[in-house]
Formats: sequence, C-alpha cells, structure tokens
Amino acid sequence: MPLDWMMGLVGGLMIGTAAAIYLLLGGRVMGASGILGGLVDGSGRAGERLAFVAGLIAVPAVIVAVQGGAQTHLTSNVATVVAAGLLVGFGTRLANGCTSGHGVCGISRLSPRGIVATLIYLLAGAVMVVAMRGLFQ
Amino acid sequence: MRVLVSLLAGGLFGAGLLVSGMTDTRKVIGWLDIFGAWDPTLAFVMGGAIIPMFFAWRLAEARGTAPARPETRLSPDLIAGSVLFGAGWGLAGLCPGPAVASLSFGGWNGALFFASMCAGMAALPPVRKLWTGPPAHSI
Repeated sequence: MPLDWMMGLVGGLMIGTAAAIYLLLGGRVMGASGILGGLVDGSGRAGERLAFVAGLIAVPAVIVAVQGGAQTHLTSNVATVVAAGLLVGFGTRLANGCTSGHGVCGISRLSPRGIVATLIYLLAGAVMVVAMRGLFQ
Repeated sequence: MRVLVSLLAGGLFGAGLLVSGMTDTRKVIGWLDIFGAWDPTLAFVMGGAIIPMFFAWRLAEARGTAPARPETRLSPDLIAGSVLFGAGWGLAGLCPGPAVASLSFGGWNGALFFASMCAGMAALPPVRKLWTGPPAHSI
C-alpha cells in the first residue's frame, strides 16, 4: 500500500478517535463547521469551542515547527480563495455540517442526512474540479 | 472538564488532519478529480475515521448518552448547503477542519480563506431572513 494511503489511514484513525473522545467524554458531535460557526454566531459554549479551535491550531503548528516542510498548496488567486471560503462557510452552516460532522460522525451513525450530505458535497466538489479544469486548461 | 476534552479532541483532530494529508489542497483536489489523476487517499482517511466512531456511537447509544439528532428529514437546506459547500471545497481544496488546522502554516491566502469562511458563516442568518421575508400577516 502506498505510503500516502497508509498515512491517510493512520490520520483517519486519529480523526475518528478525536471524534470518539468528543462524543464519549464531551457528549457532543465533533463537527468543525458547527464548533467554529457557533463562535461566529455567538451561540454559546464559547469556552469549549475556543479550546477545540486552540487545540486544532496549536498541535499542527507544533508538529510543523518541529518537522518543518508542511505546505497547503492553496491557490494564490485571491478571487478563488475568497469565493471558495464564502461558499464553504455559507454552505456548511446551511447544511448544518461539513466533512467531519456529516462525513465522519454522520456516516458512522448511519444517519441518512449525513450520508446524503456527503454524497452531494462529494459530487458537487468533483463537478467543480472538472469545471475548473475545463475553464483554465 | 469539557474544556479539557475539547482541547484534547481538537488537538488530536488537527494532528490527524496533518498526518493524513488533508491540509494539502492538492490531495483533496486529487481525490475529487475522479475523471483525472484520481488520488484515493481521502477514502482511507474517511474509512479510518469512521471505524472508531462506529463503535463510539454504539457505546454512546447503549449508555444512553448519544445526543439527539438535531433534525432527521432530508431538508432543502441540507441539499442546497451541501451543493454550495462541495463547490467551494472543489474550488480551493479546503474544508473547515483543515482550514483551521493549517492556519499556522497556510500563509496569507490560508488566512484569507479562513476569514472568508467565517464571513460566509456569519452571512447565513441575515441571508436566511431575506429569503423567508417578513412574517406573513395572518388573515
């Protein structure tokens, strides 16, 4: 199995374990858009939400500082970055979930909403990638 | 206690996103590129993440501590929101978790994505109000 796939599996198990800790010890569904969106909307439990976001920023920051060399390869086209950010922010709030909430936590609960949302955003993403290639190549 | 659990879960989530490669937009776009040079890594990430959570749900439901589902029907909001989110995800290759996790090393464009994402989140309540319009007068 290629190393990338192995790392994907290991990282995935870590993500799932994080979600399991959040569910079993915290009693909540670990959804990145819900946790962050609650801070943006000011809808309460700010301490917990801030702690989650702090861990989510700090641990990768430390790992990258120690190991070095992480790259996001995000496009430098400002219009694309802004449009994508607005769509992701608005869309995840409207759908009440994103990759972690609907994908990881929803599918594992066999929730029809989670499964349908995941299939739809995967399809929309694939269509967008094809459309972008058609436009720019 | 809850704050500590959140910090721990957020940290482990961030490490997992970094290790799995999900903070790299090329990997995400490669996964969505089903008609091009398809990269199946994200399937391993999703599969790996679902395994512990599958058992965690069973345990939480057996203990009666599982949170109630906020909504169960497949609403138009769920479908429209997922289409918009997927379009943005395919456009830049970032979703909310990795966008936050890569803030320390994502440069100015990463910060701009994060700020735009927060603006998009903040825009939902006022836009929704426009949509539904003023409350209808009862006859």
